[in-house]
Amino acid sequence: MIRLVFTIIAGVLLGGVVHLVSVLALPKIATQDAYSRLTPMTKLNAVTQLPPAEPGNNIMPYLDPAIAVAICRYDLSTGPIKLAVPVSQAYTSVSFYTRNELAYYAINDRSAGKKVIELSLMTEAQHSDLPEDEEITSADRLIIDSPSVTGLIVLKALAPEPGLMPQAQASLAASSCSVQAEEPPPKQAEIPIPAPAPPQRGRR
Amino acid sequence: MRLLLVALVALVLAAAVGLGSTWMTTTRGTELGTLTIGAWTARPRIGTVDIDPYSRATITRNGELPIGTGDGIAFTANADDKKKPLDGRCDVVVSGVTPPARFWTLTIYDNKGHLVANTLQRYGFTSEEVVRGADGIFEIHIASRARSGNWLPTGGIERYQLMLRLYDTPVGVATRTKRDAPMPQIATVGCQ
Repeated sequence: MIRLVFTIIAGVLLGGVVHLVSVLALPKIATQDAYSRLTPMTKLNAVTQLPPAEPGNNIMPYLDPAIAVAICRYDLSTGPIKLAVPVSQAYTSVSFYTRNELAYYAINDRSAGKKVIELSLMTEAQHSDLPEDEEITSADRLIIDSPSVTGLIVLKALAPEPGLMPQAQASLAASSCSVQAEEPPPKQAEIPIPAPAPPQRGRR
Repeated sequence: MRLLLVALVALVLAAAVGLGSTWMTTTRGTELGTLTIGAWTARPRIGTVDIDPYSRATITRNGELPIGTGDGIAFTANADDKKKPLDGRCDVVVSGVTPPARFWTLTIYDNKGHLVANTLQRYGFTSEEVVRGADGIFEIHIASRARSGNWLPTGGIERYQLMLRLYDTPVGVATRTKRDAPMPQIATVGCQ
């Protein structure tokens, strides 16, 4: 009897450990997370528009049908990313997520305060490698530090009514997301990597 | 031999309890860091780096991208003000005012977060298109059959949830009470 009680107590205690470990490990081991879902349908270091949210397409749950969405799946290993998003008529925002869907930064058109939201995204190491003077000239350009080398940039434009959806999509279509030019290594990143290929192929 | 059996039972029990509770918490959600106003619940920290581990596990498991805090906040409701679960075969009225925000959208989803199919192709309302009374108060009728005014079709599904998203809003981590964020009422007015 005592042995049975002991077994149950030990099982439940161990179960608590299993629970904590599995909750903490889930973001790392999930295979159906947003990044994995978007990988086959988005280009690397370029803007890809998502099809409009409809009952038939379930790319991701809880998409807002009033919002046009475009994704820039980034990899900073070849250099910082330069992002330019023209502001749409109603509402435009840019949100940044790490590889494991941690939302680390988001900005909207009003807080950007310009007709075009312009940002540079780089790792902390790349940011500290920036020459001093360059940082001054780029003072008007917002620099975002990415906690991870890869991740997602989500561009959103609101269509206040369904008829304005094409306009919202058009404004996102005019946005750009690319590896910053000038240095030689980024050139190689410009070679378009076929979307279905495994992510390793672009690297050396 | 006996000891081996005991250890085996304990380990099986551990796996069942541990994984079962993880499955439960990531499916149903936890009360951790939630902001509840009326029938509506939000997780203000879900769009920040301070997100709790349970929400992180949930969003990666479901493949969601939470709305970033600089972008806005999302409130969900799956029951009315009297805690009655939202039923697509009933007439439900969402009325009142919304917290300050540049734009808001109200969307109906099934329990998996998919849009509800209907012939009208109407899945929600935005703050711009909703018809308001002279006092600025709106009333949205959620029902399976057509209603006058702001009608949101349910397609007759049994359970659904509503999501009110506020874009460019002061509502967030610092919000505590209804006074900061007056949320609309949800009332079931009749069932077929």
